[in-house]
Amino acid sequence: MTEMLSYDFMQRALIAAVLVGITAPAVGIYLVQRRQALMGDGMGHVAMTGVGLGFIFQTSPVWMAVLVCVLGAVTMELVRSRGNQRGDIALAMLFYGGMACGKLLVSKSAQAGAGSLESYLWGSILTVSPADLATIAALGAVVVAVTLGLRRQLFAICQDEDFAKVTGVPVRLLNLLLAVMAAVTVTVAMRVVGLLLVSALMVVPVAAAQQLTRSFAATQAGAIAVGVIVALAGVTGSYQLDVPSGPAIVLLAIAVFAVFSAIAAPLARRRHRGTPDAAPKVCDVRLPDPEPAATGAPGRADAATRAPGAGLAQ
Amino acid sequence: MTPPTPPAVRLHDAVASRGGRPVLRGVDLTVRPGEVVALLGANGSGKSTTVKAVTGAVPLEHGGLELFGAPLARFRAWHRIGYVPQRTTAASGVPATVREVVSTGRLPLHRLLPFRRADRTAVDRALAAVGMLDRAGDGVADLSGGQQQRVLIARALAGSPDLLIMDEPMAGVDAASQQVLADTLRAEVARGAAVLLVLHELGPLEPLIDRAVVLRDGCVAHDGPPVPNTGLHALPGHDHVHPHADHGHDHERIRGLLS
Repeated sequence: MTEMLSYDFMQRALIAAVLVGITAPAVGIYLVQRRQALMGDGMGHVAMTGVGLGFIFQTSPVWMAVLVCVLGAVTMELVRSRGNQRGDIALAMLFYGGMACGKLLVSKSAQAGAGSLESYLWGSILTVSPADLATIAALGAVVVAVTLGLRRQLFAICQDEDFAKVTGVPVRLLNLLLAVMAAVTVTVAMRVVGLLLVSALMVVPVAAAQQLTRSFAATQAGAIAVGVIVALAGVTGSYQLDVPSGPAIVLLAIAVFAVFSAIAAPLARRRHRGTPDAAPKVCDVRLPDPEPAATGAPGRADAATRAPGAGLAQ
Repeated sequence: MTPPTPPAVRLHDAVASRGGRPVLRGVDLTVRPGEVVALLGANGSGKSTTVKAVTGAVPLEHGGLELFGAPLARFRAWHRIGYVPQRTTAASGVPATVREVVSTGRLPLHRLLPFRRADRTAVDRALAAVGMLDRAGDGVADLSGGQQQRVLIARALAGSPDLLIMDEPMAGVDAASQQVLADTLRAEVARGAAVLLVLHELGPLEPLIDRAVVLRDGCVAHDGPPVPNTGLHALPGHDHVHPHADHGHDHERIRGLLS
């Protein structure tokens, strides 16, 4: 363990993992709350165009991805807020267009090597440079400040948008802000888990935490804790076992979800044991017999002794 | 001459359409402080659209809306309005406690400032008013439909509104919750609040209602005292006896409108 920490690249990888482990669930919880759990996935597709543009223009793919992803997220939010019946078709165009465009641009760029796009699709946390880390930290800080600082407002718009509008909350502005934060998170997490698995880190820790929680605040805290733990464990595991970090993190998160789901029911039963229950333990009310003539017949398979009308009740 | 206190709601000659289809064709609706107005009508008559127009969610193509004397474009005092949207559930994709949901009703008052003790007290009071204070820490998804409706009403009450707008608050609500709702409304009116209710039928709220506005095909077909026992009158074979014959003509007309 100390040997692992002695490498600069591992230190950067672990710091990046912690930052992503915090930011992805912090934003993802609002998408899950609004039942848009797969929105992050779409944004990951759109971000590929940004990576492609970065390759073509020889600029930082991360900042290009931020730019394109923010534009894509704003478009998605405008489609969603219109409540358009064909909205899902419009989103499909955006997602697949973004992915196809990204691959095309990368293939035409000077650095069109086999592994160049690969590192953005699946993440390459061990190659995070000090400059990358600074970008991730700065963007992550903004995302955390917004998603935690405005949590009451964001909770309100994601819980019940119609109601939030009537409270005078600037719903449209907050929706756009949330979309931009999700876009930024996608690009922040891009280096750690990759564009194809970004959405998993936004959704799975939330899904895992809510197996055990009843309140939004506890779910948010739990999701961030799960996110940080699986990100750290995933990076450590990928170093020890020489496997890619992104898939390791996501599979660990899914394992946590499975464990939490399994212990959710016994925990809930235990929680209810303490509370007094006024209702009777079993249903002991004797119902008056509606038809004394048919006593014993219904529910029995013996067709010969059944009263003529009892067949209807079967 | 303008009255000393402006009406809570003044919708005049409202024309609105949804999806290209005209839904409101010139609706006039006024709700004065301390008044309980029921908005009645068949499905598709424009009740919900009228309420959405009053909250500003549906834009008007013609006509105007004033809330507490201010035109909608200049209206900022949203904390004076408590809104109960038409919902079958208060739950969303992530668990939330009853208290967390009701606390969003305080947003127009504390805004970006932290949630203070006064906010917490107001949430407790709203929860107590609907008889849900003992469930404050429970998840909303674990409640029955009627209890979730009570939570939504508590959320609207949390800001101590001067105008309560409720869209079908009785839909899918058990008798106990209906009684709670009637008691809550009575208390709110006693406090001086105005209430605008969308209802399918008057039901147990009937004694509270000062005025019934009946919509038909996007137009106001009746605006006046509620017709007693609308639901019973509409039943086939009901022996139609009027206790006060002088209003008999009106009753007949409204019965036709509602059925």
